[in-house]
Amino acid sequence: MKIEMHVNGRPVSGEVEGRTLLVDFIRHDLRLTGTHVGCDTTQCGACTIHMDGAPVKSCSVLAVEAQGAQITTIEGMANADGSMSAMQQAFQDCHGLQCGYCTPGMVMAATALLKETPKPSEAEIRHYLEGNICRCTGYHNIVKAVQSASGQDVTPVAAE
Amino acid sequence: MYDFDYDRPGTIQDAVASLKAEEAIAFSGGQTLMPTMKQRLAMPSKVVSLMGIEEMKGVRLEGSEVWIGGATTHATVQRELAESYPAMASLAGRIGDPSVRSRGTIGGSVANNDPSACYPAGTLASRGVIVTDRREVPADEFFQGMFMTALEEGEIVTAVKMQVPERAHYAKFIQPASRFPLTAVFVAKFADGVRVAVTGASEMGVFRWHEAEEALSSSFDAGAVEALATPDGTDMISDLHGSGAYRAHLVKVMTKRAVAAA
Repeated sequence: MKIEMHVNGRPVSGEVEGRTLLVDFIRHDLRLTGTHVGCDTTQCGACTIHMDGAPVKSCSVLAVEAQGAQITTIEGMANADGSMSAMQQAFQDCHGLQCGYCTPGMVMAATALLKETPKPSEAEIRHYLEGNICRCTGYHNIVKAVQSASGQDVTPVAAE
Repeated sequence: MYDFDYDRPGTIQDAVASLKAEEAIAFSGGQTLMPTMKQRLAMPSKVVSLMGIEEMKGVRLEGSEVWIGGATTHATVQRELAESYPAMASLAGRIGDPSVRSRGTIGGSVANNDPSACYPAGTLASRGVIVTDRREVPADEFFQGMFMTALEEGEIVTAVKMQVPERAHYAKFIQPASRFPLTAVFVAKFADGVRVAVTGASEMGVFRWHEAEEALSSSFDAGAVEALATPDGTDMISDLHGSGAYRAHLVKVMTKRAVAAA
């Protein structure tokens, strides 16, 4: 089947089977490998992208279901001049990652949260990120990064 | 997963026709179906997506009744019912996680009737009616046991209708790994009675706790529940997460919490 969609603002097309997962189309056909596959079972959130503005786990969306959709991946998050987005910068500033495997999904989910709730409380952040699993950080610095990206004061993180 | 033919009809009529194919399955968001297919527990030869059917989408308030299209996502229900039926919006906003809520639909949830799903409890408590391509079935008759419903071969849930109660709350005790309810209770108080629907506890899927309904209809107070005997846990789900007796205990606790918060 032929599919067409917009990914990070660019029109793309490809030939897929009915069973092709959106994440595989993104990684293998489009070669956008910033979107990660962690569990492949809708649990971990490493493959989170935006589909028509809403967060989805791309391992649990058929590529054909994205026909005509507006897709944004982690590669589309940087500012126009190539600098990191506020959310990405906050993850760096707050040490919101260690191994980094979950980070693309975390950034996509957290960015979606701020679109819905510009100044989320700590509890709202933790509730929203329930579907994104990190096995390194213990989440505290991720939560701080989201608070920081939303312009809220956060307790300073230990010195470098 | 094994490959399959894929169809995305634009009308209910076309979807019904498409589902007549051998081993065809309706796809309504896929947040349960896709993991099931990956594990090869489902191997349909044809997937008929209902996600392109506009007449099955949206939320409409008609007097004291809410009409929710079968292909309406949890995220949309959460947003659209925030003011008119906040307890149901809260239920929708606590299903899975934001990504699941972006894709999963109410029609898919009630048609699947997972014994630990949230919507069957909310629908049953809200005096719901399941609308299909060929008839309307009261929730009391629709949910028939674990993963069992009144749906016939190829029948599609096109909408769910609910009555908006005076007061309601959904109290959910989550199983922390799956985040499905270990046991959850939806309490809905109407002018002429109370409904108490329980999910996650029974081997027979969602059920109404009639003793609590009677007690709460005469006195809508957590104390009225406290005076009741704990329901019989002998036939409740027993697994590594909790025994039947534990779930029975949770039924009472969550009912009290739901009443207190309603």
